[in-house]
Amino acid sequence: MNLPAPAPAPKHHVLSVLVENRSGVLARVAGLFARRGYNIYSLAVAPTDDERFSRITVVVDVETAPLEQIVKQLNKLINVIKISELDPRDSVERELMLATVKALPDTRHQVIELVELFDGRVLDVGHDEMTVSLDDHPGRLDDLEELLRPLGIIDLQRTGRVALPKLEHAG
Amino acid sequence: MTTTDGGRALIKALELEGTEVVFGLPGGAILPVYDPIIDSPIRHILVRHEQGAGHMAEGFAHATGRPGVAMVTSGPAATNIVTPLCDAYMDSVPMVVITGQVPSQAIGTDAFQECDTVGITRSVTKHNELVTRAEDIPLVIRQAFHIATTGRPGPVLVDIPKDIVDPKNPASAMEWYWPTDDEVASSLPGYRPTTKGHAKKVREAAQLILAAERPVIYAGGGILKARAAEVLRELAELTGIPVVTTLMARGAFPDDHPLCLGMPGMHGNYTAVTAMQESDLLIALGSRFDDRVTGKVDAFAPGAKVIHVDIDPAELGKVRRPDVPIVGDCRLVITEIVRALRDLSGGDGSADAVAAAQPDRSTWKQTISGWQERFPLVYEPSGPGDLLKPQYVLEELRSRAPEDCIVASGVGQHQMWTSQYWRFNHPYTWINSGGLGTMGFSVPAAIGAKVGRPDRMVWAVDGDGCFQMTAQELVTAATERIPVKVAILNNAYLGMVRQWQEMFYEERYSEVYLSPDLPDYVKWSEAMGCVAMRVESPEEVGPAIDKANEIDDRPVVLEFRTDAAEKVFPMVPAGLSNSDIVVDPSQGGGAR
Repeated sequence: MNLPAPAPAPKHHVLSVLVENRSGVLARVAGLFARRGYNIYSLAVAPTDDERFSRITVVVDVETAPLEQIVKQLNKLINVIKISELDPRDSVERELMLATVKALPDTRHQVIELVELFDGRVLDVGHDEMTVSLDDHPGRLDDLEELLRPLGIIDLQRTGRVALPKLEHAG
Repeated sequence: MTTTDGGRALIKALELEGTEVVFGLPGGAILPVYDPIIDSPIRHILVRHEQGAGHMAEGFAHATGRPGVAMVTSGPAATNIVTPLCDAYMDSVPMVVITGQVPSQAIGTDAFQECDTVGITRSVTKHNELVTRAEDIPLVIRQAFHIATTGRPGPVLVDIPKDIVDPKNPASAMEWYWPTDDEVASSLPGYRPTTKGHAKKVREAAQLILAAERPVIYAGGGILKARAAEVLRELAELTGIPVVTTLMARGAFPDDHPLCLGMPGMHGNYTAVTAMQESDLLIALGSRFDDRVTGKVDAFAPGAKVIHVDIDPAELGKVRRPDVPIVGDCRLVITEIVRALRDLSGGDGSADAVAAAQPDRSTWKQTISGWQERFPLVYEPSGPGDLLKPQYVLEELRSRAPEDCIVASGVGQHQMWTSQYWRFNHPYTWINSGGLGTMGFSVPAAIGAKVGRPDRMVWAVDGDGCFQMTAQELVTAATERIPVKVAILNNAYLGMVRQWQEMFYEERYSEVYLSPDLPDYVKWSEAMGCVAMRVESPEEVGPAIDKANEIDDRPVVLEFRTDAAEKVFPMVPAGLSNSDIVVDPSQGGGAR
C-alpha cells in the first residue's frame, strides 16, 4: 500500500517583538499577519521589567521569504521597538501547560507518576479528575500531553511559548 | 502655564505646526473644535463630502510638499475619509486627519455616529492614535506631523473624543504646553527613520554604475518626496544615464531633457519600457517595483543588476532582490553616490573624468534613440465630423497652459493619456492617484493644489465616470473662490474598463456605458457655480481652452466629447512580460 508522504513539519518561526506597552499595539502586530492570511500559532504578551514596554513572543508558520517582509512591515509600526527572530537552537524557551485529566481511583497513580516524571505539579484534585501543570520546553509539554491523552484529557490550556536568546558563555 | 481646554489646544497645536488650511466638515462629535476655529488664523475650507476633504489635503500636500490637514466628525465622516487615507498611504502623501469621536464614556456602546475609527483606519495609515486625555493633545499632534512628514511620508489619523475637547466638560481642562523636538523624539522610541545611506553600499553602487554598459535610472515618487529632483538631474547629467520617470515621478526629471525616456509601465512608452527591459543595470531611486511597472515580475529586466535606494527598508527586496540595497533619503543618498562617482573616477571629478571612467555607451544610446524614432507615441487624428481624440485635447491643453501649470487627474484612460501627452518639465506639476487608483481624485485634488499654490494655474483632467464621483466639490471651489479648471474627457464610458473588455473579453461590454449627455455636464457645472462649455469639434478645442485659461475668478469646466473607441497604447497586457508590449496598431501592434 502506498501511503502519501507525511506532510513536512510546519516551519515554525519564533519572533520576539519588543513593543510599547499601550492599547492597540497587539492589534497592529496581529493585523499584519492576518492581512496576509498567516495563522499565528501561539502568542504570549506581557510587560517587560520596564513597564513602558511589553514583549510579544509570537510563533508563526511562514516561509522565510514572506517572514522577512512581515518583519520589515512590523518594524514600520511606530509602536514596535525591536524585533528578533529566535532560532530555537540559540534560545531558551519555556511554556506553561495546565491540564485537567481523568483520574479515577485506579488510574490516579498513573497521572501522578507521569507528572512527577516530568517534574510537573498537581494543582487541584477532584473526585475523579485532577488538574496538573508543567512549565518546560514546549517539546516536553507535547510529550506529557501525548502521554496523558490515553488517560482522558478533559481540559487543556497552554500559554504559548516565551523565549529569550541564549547567553554567550565565556571562553 | 496657561489653563486651556482640549479643543483650543488642538487648534493652537495645528497653528504651531504651521497649518494654514484645514479642509473639513463639522458634525456632532467634532463640534467643540469648530468653535475656536472661528478665532484662528487657519483658513477652513468647508467641503461637501468628507472624501473631498481628504483628497484636497492630498492635492495640497502634493503641490506644496507640506502636510495636508483634514478635519471631520465621527462615524460616517470618518468612514468617508478612509479612501483618501488609503490613497495617501499608497502614494506616501504626508497628511494629518483629525476625526471627532463620541465622548469617552460612550465609546464601545454603539453610540450615535460611533465607529471604531482607529480600528478601521489602522491598515491605511502610517500611524493612528485615539487620544484619551486632553493634556495629551499637543504631544499627539506634534507626533502626528512628525510621523506624517519624516521617513517615508504618509497619512496619520488622530481620533479625539468629544469630552476632552468640550470646554463645558471638566475632562477637557488642561495646562497648555508645547513639547520640544527632543520630547517628541523620545516619545517615539520605535520610530527612527534612516536617512543617510550606508557608505560602503554607496560605494558599491557607484562601482556598478561605472561598470554598467546599458544602465537606466528608474526614478519613482520618492524623488519628489525627498525633494531630490535637482540631485537626480546632477546624477543623470554627470553619468549620461537615461532616466525613466514612473507615474508617481512625472516631472521629477524634465520631459524635455535629452536623457528623459518618459514613463515606463503598463501604459508607458515603448522606449522607457524596453530600455528597462534590456538594461544591465537598473538604478531604482525612490521607486517600488510596482506591478504596473514590472509587468510579469519573473520576466522583468532579466539581465539587469539592481541598485535600489529607498527610505523604507521594507521596499528593498519586496518585489525584486537588489544587488545593492541602500536604505536612505533619496536626496542624501544620490548626493553621496554622485560624490562617490567623482571620487572613484579619479582625475578632477569632472563630468569628463566620470565619462572617461565609464564604458563607451554609444551603442546603448543609439539603440535607445532608434526605439524613440521607431515607436513614438502616436494617435490617428480625427476626421471631419468625428468625435475628438483625447490625445489631441491633451496636446492642446498642454500647449496652451503656462509651463509651470499644475495638472491633476482622475484614474483611467484619461490619466494615462495625461501622463503620456502632457510634457512635465518641472517637479510638483503632476498630481494623481497612482497606487490606489481612486476614481474621482482629480477635482478635489486640484482644488487642494490650487489652495496650496494660488499663484499657479491648475487643471484637473477628468473622465466622465470619475467626474460623477466627486464633482460636488466644485461647489466648494465656487464658494471659496478657488478657480480650478476641469477638462472632462467625456467618452460616455468607463473607458479603461471598456478597453479591457474590448481587448480581453471579446468586445462584450458589461456595465460600462454611461451616456454622453446624462447628466448634462454643462448645466450641472453651471448649477455648481462654474463657467462651463461643451466642445465637440477640433477647431473649437483651442479657443475654448484659451477662454478657460482667461477666467480666474471662478472654476471652469470644459466638457470634451471624445471618441470612445480610442484606446491607450502602448499596453503591456496584465500578467504578461514587458517584452510583450503592444504598440499602437499603426506601428505594427506589438511587433518588436
